[in-house]
Amino acid sequence: MLSSLIFIPLAGMLLVMMLPKNAKWAIRWTSVAVSIPPLVISFWLTWQFFVNHASSAAMAFVEGPYDWIPLLNVQYYLGADGISIPLLALTGLLSTISLLASFGIDKRVKEYFAFFLLLEAGMMGVFVALDFFLFYIFWEVMLVPMYFLIGVWGGPRKEYAAIKFFLYTLFGSIFMLVSILILYFTAEPHTLNMMELIQSGSTLPHTLQLVCFAFFFIAFAIKVPVWPFHTWLPDAHVEAPTAVSVILAGVLLKMGTYGMLRISWPMFPEAVRYFSFWIALLGVIAIIYGALVSMAQKDLKKLVAYSSVSHMGYCMLALGAVTSVQAITGCMFQMISHGLITGALFLLVGVLYDRAHTREIAVFGGLGSKLPVYSGIMVFFSMASLGLPGMSGFVSEFMIFVGSFAALNKVMVGIAVLGVVLGAAYMLRMVQNVFLGEFNLSKWGGLTEINFRELVTVVPLMVFTLWIGLYPKPLNELMQATLEHLVTLMAR
Amino acid sequence: MDFQLPHVDFRVMAPELFLFAWALVVITFDLGTKRRSGSATGYVALLGLVITGVILSITPEGAGFGAMFYNDAGSLFFKVIFLGAAFMAIGSSFGIMERKIQHHRGEFLGLILLSTVGMMFLASSNELLSLYIGLELTTIPLFVCAAFFKDNRLSVEAGIKYLIVGAMSSALLLYGISFLYGLSGTTDLLQMRVNIATTHLTFREIGLLPMLSVVLLVAGLGFKLALPPFHQWAPDVYEGAPTPVAAFLSVGSKAAGLVAFAKIMINGLQVFYEDIMAPNDWGLLVGILAGAAMVWGNVAAVRQTNIKRMLAFSSIAQAGYIMIGMLALNDIGLSSVSFYMFTYLFANMGAFAIVAIFEDKTGSTQIKSYSGLARTSPFYAASMSVFMLSLAGIPPLAGFFAKYYVFAAAIKMAGSNEIHQWLYWLVGVGLITSVFALYYYANVIKTMYFTPDESPYKLPLSLPGSAVVLIGLVGVILFGLMPGPVMDFASAIPAAFGLIAP
Repeated sequence: MLSSLIFIPLAGMLLVMMLPKNAKWAIRWTSVAVSIPPLVISFWLTWQFFVNHASSAAMAFVEGPYDWIPLLNVQYYLGADGISIPLLALTGLLSTISLLASFGIDKRVKEYFAFFLLLEAGMMGVFVALDFFLFYIFWEVMLVPMYFLIGVWGGPRKEYAAIKFFLYTLFGSIFMLVSILILYFTAEPHTLNMMELIQSGSTLPHTLQLVCFAFFFIAFAIKVPVWPFHTWLPDAHVEAPTAVSVILAGVLLKMGTYGMLRISWPMFPEAVRYFSFWIALLGVIAIIYGALVSMAQKDLKKLVAYSSVSHMGYCMLALGAVTSVQAITGCMFQMISHGLITGALFLLVGVLYDRAHTREIAVFGGLGSKLPVYSGIMVFFSMASLGLPGMSGFVSEFMIFVGSFAALNKVMVGIAVLGVVLGAAYMLRMVQNVFLGEFNLSKWGGLTEINFRELVTVVPLMVFTLWIGLYPKPLNELMQATLEHLVTLMAR
Repeated sequence: MDFQLPHVDFRVMAPELFLFAWALVVITFDLGTKRRSGSATGYVALLGLVITGVILSITPEGAGFGAMFYNDAGSLFFKVIFLGAAFMAIGSSFGIMERKIQHHRGEFLGLILLSTVGMMFLASSNELLSLYIGLELTTIPLFVCAAFFKDNRLSVEAGIKYLIVGAMSSALLLYGISFLYGLSGTTDLLQMRVNIATTHLTFREIGLLPMLSVVLLVAGLGFKLALPPFHQWAPDVYEGAPTPVAAFLSVGSKAAGLVAFAKIMINGLQVFYEDIMAPNDWGLLVGILAGAAMVWGNVAAVRQTNIKRMLAFSSIAQAGYIMIGMLALNDIGLSSVSFYMFTYLFANMGAFAIVAIFEDKTGSTQIKSYSGLARTSPFYAASMSVFMLSLAGIPPLAGFFAKYYVFAAAIKMAGSNEIHQWLYWLVGVGLITSVFALYYYANVIKTMYFTPDESPYKLPLSLPGSAVVLIGLVGVILFGLMPGPVMDFASAIPAAFGLIAP
C-alpha cells in the first residue's frame, strides 16, 4: 500500500511526459487525476491506522525489508506510524490542491506537471522510508524537481533562489550522509535499518553521539528552517510559483521536524538531553525573530514566509522539551496545522497576485468591500495563523506552551509566548491594510472575486483547520501511542 | 642456472591481439577505398570494438606470459571500461569525421583503437616494464589525436603540451621504476611485494631511497591522473583537442592511470602501507594531492565559461574523489574505485558526446550558447541534465552510488585504525567540495532550462551520436537504480590485488 503512494505519482509523471506538448488541459487534468489515488489511499490508510493500529507504537503497513543492494546492505523497507501517517495525509491533500492551483501555469505546462508529480513521489517516499539509504535518496530526489520548479517558473530572481535552495539543502544533506555512514559502520552487524539503529544508536559513545546528532541536526535544521539557517526560505518562497510555495511550506519544511522526530531524537537521546536547552533557545529565537521580521515586510508573500520561520520555531521549542509527551504532541499538531494554514495563506496570496500582479501590502486597502468571499477566507486563515481559539493553530500552540513550560526554563517559554502577541500584531496589521479602510475603486475596480476552482483548493483546508481546532481528539489519538513510545525512547 | 622459457598462452591475450589487428584493418580499409569510405570506416571501428568485447567475454582468466600478463577480475572490469570509452568516443566523432578530418578517418580511428589496445595491455600486465610499455602505447597515439586538427592553433598547442607533459611524466615514472628495481631486484610486481616484505626493515635504515622512488612514481602517475600540482596541462589539452579525444582522455586515459597506480602502489608496494612505514606513508602524500584535486578542480570549474574547460576541471576533481577510494585500501576500496570509474564512463562520455554534437552543429563550446536548448532539443537537454546531476552525485543516479561507495570505503578504513584517521578529513573535503561542484553542474542546467527564450539551434538526432548519448543515459539511470550486479562484479577486484577483508 505504501509503495503505491510513491509509484502512482511516478507512473503519472511518465504518463504526463508522454502526452503531447500542446494538450495543456489534458496534462493538467491528468496530473490532478493521478494525484487523486495517493490522496484517497493516504486518507484510507489514516482511517485504517486509526481503527486498527493507533493503540500500538509499532510500524504499520510494513513492506519489506527486501534486499536492494546487498553489497551495501541497502534495503527497500517501508512503514508508517503515528508520526508519519498524518503527514502522509497532509502530503496527499496538499499535492492534489497544489496541482489544482497550478492551472494558471501556462508556459511549459508538461514539464511543470511532470516535475510536480516527481516531487510528490519524493515527499511520500521520505515519510515512509525506514531504511536510511532509501530515506536519503528520497530526501535528495526531491531537490531536483524543486530546483526546476523554482528556477523555470519562478519570479524575477528565480535563478538565485533556485540555486540557493539547492545548495543550502545539499550542504545539509552531506552532513547527514557522513552521519549515516558512521552509524552504519559502528553498528554491529552493519545495518541501515532505522528501526535497528534506533535500538543501537543510544549505545554510541558520548562524543560520537554528539557529533552524529550535530550532523543530523544541521541537515534537518536547514530544512525546517531553524534560525540562523533560514535565509534560503524567504528567497525560495517569494520567487516560487504559488503551488510550489504551498508544497514548500506545507510539506518540505515538515521534513526537517519529521527527520528529528523519526531519526535524531530516538537515535541520540543522550545528545538531545545534552543540547535540549540550546534547541529550545533556537526555537525561541526563531519565534521572536520571525515575528519581528514579518512585521517589517511590505510584501504579502514575504510576510507569510517569515511567519513560517516563526511558526516552525514553536516546533523547535517543543522539540527542546524532550521529556514532555504533551509538547511533542503539540509539535506534531503544529506541523499539521502550519501545513494547512500556511498552505492556504500562500494559495490566497497567489489568488490575489494572479489578479492584481502585485503583492505589496501598501497598495491595497478596503478589499473587503469589493471581494467579500475572498476577504472572509483570508481573514479566517489570518485568525487561524495568529492562534485564535477554535482553530488548529491555537490547539497546537497551547499544547506546546503547556508541555514546554513544565519541562524547560520558564523565562524562555515566557518569552516565546510573546511570539503569539507579535503574531497577532503582524497578521492584524496586514488584515487592516489590505482588507479594511478606503477602497481604491479606480485602481482595483477590476478585481474579480475568487473563482470556483480556487475555492475548491482552500475550502478543504478550512474544514480541517476548524475540525482540528474544535475537536482535536481523533488526531491526538492517532499519534498518542507512537509519541508516548518516542518519549520513553528518549528517556533511555 | 637453467633458463626456462615462460609459459606462453596466446589465448589470454586474444582480445588485445585482435584489436591490434583490427586497428590496422581500419587504417587499411580507409586507404584501400582511397579515402572515400565515408562513415563506413567508423562503423567498422565500432564493429571491431564489439567483437573485441565478445572475445573478451570468452577469454579465460589466468597467466599468459610467465607472470607478465595476467587476466583477473580487475583487468576484465577495466577492459570493459576501456572498450566502452573507445566505443563512445568513436561514436561521438562521426561529426568531426564528416566535416573536419574527412581525409584522415582511418588514422584517427586506428590511433584510438591502438590506444585502447595499450590500455587493455596495461590492465593485464603484472610487471613494471610491460606496464610501462602499455602506458606508452596508451598515450603516444593520443598525442597525435590531440593535435589532429592540424590547422587549428589550439589543437596543435594541445598536442604539443600533452606530448611534453606526457614525456616528462613517463620519464619520472621510469626513474621511479628504476629505483624500485634497484631496491627489490625484480620488476615482477608480485615478486617485488615479497622481496620488499622480507627486507623492509632495512628499508627504514636507507629511508631516503624508497621515499624518493615513491615520490617519483606519485609524480609520474599524478601527471597521468591530472592531480594537482600536476594538472595544468589538462584544461588546455581538453580545450584544444577534438572533443571526442578529450572525452577519451578524461575517461579511458584516466582509468588507465588508475590501473597503473593500483598495480604499482597497491600490488607492488602494499607493505609500505603497514604500520612499520606509517610515518612516511605514501598514502598521506597522495591524500594531500587528492584533497588538492577536489578543492582546486571544483573551485576552478566554477569560473569556467567554456564547457570543455569546465569538464576538464570537473574531471580533475573527480580524480580526487576516485583517489579517496584508492587510499582506503581495504576490502572495498578498490571495488569502489572501479565502480566509480564505471559510472563515470557513462556520465562523462555522455556529456562529452552532447558537447561534440553541439560543437558540430554550432561550432561553439561556450556554456552560454547552450541557453534555451531545453526548448529546441529536449532530449539532449534532459540527457545533459541527467549527466550533470550524476556527476554532481545526486541520487538515484549512478554517480551518487559511486560517491557513496567511495566515501563508505574511506570511512570504514578510517574507523578501523588510529593511523588512518586522516581519511575522515579527506572525506570531509570531498563532501564540502561536492557542494561547490553542484553549483557549476547546475549552472549548465540553469543555462539550458531557465531562460524563457528559445535557443537558435536545434540539435538533430543522428545515429551514432544520439545512440552514444542514449547509452550514457541508460547507463547512468540503470546503474543508479540497480547498482547491485556491477558492484558484485567489482567486489571481486580487491581480492585479485591481494586485498582481502581483515
